[in-house]
Amino acid sequence: MEYFIQQLVNGITLGSIYGLIAIGYTMVYGIIGMINFAHGDIFMIGAFVALISFIIFGLTGVALPIILLLVLLIAMFFTACYGWTVEKLAYKPLRGSFRLAPLISALGMSIVLQNYVQVAQGARVKPMQPLISGGLEFFKNSEFIVTVSYLQIFIVILTIILMGIFTYLITKTDLGRAQRACEQDRTMTALLGINVDRTISITFIIGSSLASVAGMMFVLYYGVIDFYIGFLAGIKAFTAAVLGGIGSLPGAMLGGLLIGLIETFWAGYVSLEYKDVAAFSVLIVVLIFFPTGFLGKPDIEKV
Amino acid sequence: MEKKDIIQSFKDSLFTGLIALALFGPIVGLRTASKGEGLFITPQWGIVFLLVGLCILGRFLINLNSARKTEITFFSKFTSKFSAITEDKAKHFAITAILFSAVFPFLPFTDRYFMDVAIMILTYIMLGWGLNIVVGLAGLLDLGYVAFYAVGAYSYALIATTFGWSFWICLPLAGVFAAFFGILLGFPVLRLRGDYLAIVTLGFGEIIRIILINWYEVTNGPDGITGIPRPSFFGLPFKRSPDEGETSFHLFFNLEYSTMHRIIFLYYLILVLALITNYFTLKIRKLPVGRAWEALREDEIACKSLGVNPTNTKLTAFAIGAMFGGFAGSFFATRQAFISPESFTFIESAIIVAIVVLGGMGSQTGVVLASIFLIGITEMFRDLEQYRMIAFGGAMVLIMVFKPKGILANRKPTILMHGDKK
Repeated sequence: MEYFIQQLVNGITLGSIYGLIAIGYTMVYGIIGMINFAHGDIFMIGAFVALISFIIFGLTGVALPIILLLVLLIAMFFTACYGWTVEKLAYKPLRGSFRLAPLISALGMSIVLQNYVQVAQGARVKPMQPLISGGLEFFKNSEFIVTVSYLQIFIVILTIILMGIFTYLITKTDLGRAQRACEQDRTMTALLGINVDRTISITFIIGSSLASVAGMMFVLYYGVIDFYIGFLAGIKAFTAAVLGGIGSLPGAMLGGLLIGLIETFWAGYVSLEYKDVAAFSVLIVVLIFFPTGFLGKPDIEKV
Repeated sequence: MEKKDIIQSFKDSLFTGLIALALFGPIVGLRTASKGEGLFITPQWGIVFLLVGLCILGRFLINLNSARKTEITFFSKFTSKFSAITEDKAKHFAITAILFSAVFPFLPFTDRYFMDVAIMILTYIMLGWGLNIVVGLAGLLDLGYVAFYAVGAYSYALIATTFGWSFWICLPLAGVFAAFFGILLGFPVLRLRGDYLAIVTLGFGEIIRIILINWYEVTNGPDGITGIPRPSFFGLPFKRSPDEGETSFHLFFNLEYSTMHRIIFLYYLILVLALITNYFTLKIRKLPVGRAWEALREDEIACKSLGVNPTNTKLTAFAIGAMFGGFAGSFFATRQAFISPESFTFIESAIIVAIVVLGGMGSQTGVVLASIFLIGITEMFRDLEQYRMIAFGGAMVLIMVFKPKGILANRKPTILMHGDKK
């Protein structure tokens, strides 16, 4: 039982990270109907920017909460620049092209980003000393002590806050309305005087910023990153987006949590070596049995 | 050009510079390096300013160019001319290429290195042709093609090392295994839409690789399989001193022993295998099933209403593509005499997909050109290993942006109604 609760806590933490990345996939899919294959690498860049800023601020000796806030903002800004540029260079010229063209272009972009970071930052893994240590302990009398670290609490609370802001942005503001309108009908939205190109750019900026937050959490949580983390994390987050129903924002968060839980429980109870297989198998099973995911809308194909 | 335009494009370039600074500043400018315990930052501002400068200059030149209303860039001009030439003369090109590749091993400048590169290019051509059936003809984007390559290589290696059967028995078996896997994997997922299918096949590719790494008892894990038997020339091995009661190739033909014999034999082997793939594809395109593939690629709903079963039709394409992947895999295993899961990573799938897409989906000649281009160029820049993949990914993006249908766009229908000459 204690072991189960510990895995649950770990799973929710991991799920928050996947959920934040999954939002980027689902938003982009909703608005332009493509799988942004490079999104995992955007997350990786976010992790690198966060790592670099942690090192810089670590030298100045500022108080921890201020460092966290500054790093968060810096990572969001620089990663958003990457998301914006990738869209402008690789996807915008391909609007209206045949369906697989943006996917292949995204694949190319993903290869470019990975190898670019490898060249610029070196291929070795980058370790970082833990910044937030300690935690709360439960069930002290039993054999297995459940530990909820402050870092896990920080990650989950930050995710909830971001989700709150994000939901407000999408449901209540003009920007969110424009974004949802573009999802439904881009031509009609343009006729009503909304700048569709700009709305798409903003979608990429929001998605990338959330991915960079996930990147920062990843650096803090695992304490080690390399240029290759984006591939697996990206695939898993995409699985999360599909599981929740691609195009649905609450679905992405739900899917992220589920994938995080499945992965930790699989690693904890079944087999550690095959934990990545679990995520891929879930993806395949979900696509076969519920192609629209849990909260997605059915996809009607017209002639 | 007016003064206003120049100022405008100047501003635009400066904006590009700012963005470039934000992009390159942290990632390139602040290099993290481990020194003793923990990480330290090594600033590299020189490179950042160089890159930013290049971006500003590039943007300014593009702006000047577009202000002069020269919409067609050099790149697309070049490729459209190129495709116009080769499409007219595709047949001549094919004959010349086959003749050239037939005499290639005996040309005066051909040495061991050239032969190795040629064998590698031919392997990729064969993989490209195999995948072309799936991607180019049936329009199914398969990002896990390397899985079938791996299945072919491993089944060849396992059969050959366990039972000691000859290459010519193992090769078809490996193909059958790969095709079986193709059906097994394809059956549940082929009803999915294009981009979902791409991700699921990618997942399969990774699953196969993870299983190869972790299934220690059978695959020997990350250490791979060693001592895979080399092929023999119809029973005559390529050995300096053959075993008791055996005649080796050079003794039988009364030649001086040379390691080149085996290389040349491998070269012809892969050439023949590749040509079989090509011949098969060209023939099957004219059969009902080939026509159904192309029809499905163009319009699935129309096909359904005409009574074509999409799942079965796609499944045949998937299985046949997988089979050729398996053949190529067993060739790879016998050439290397050693295989490990490291040879079957996702990037390998990406390279094969890139070859098919860059060549122009569905174009057989395009695959040849793209393989020579990609593998040949990357081989030339061997020393710049790290930059090679950046250039590779960049080429994928650029070609998609400027010529989304590939270098040789060949999506002309293979059959036309009577009187419809166009």
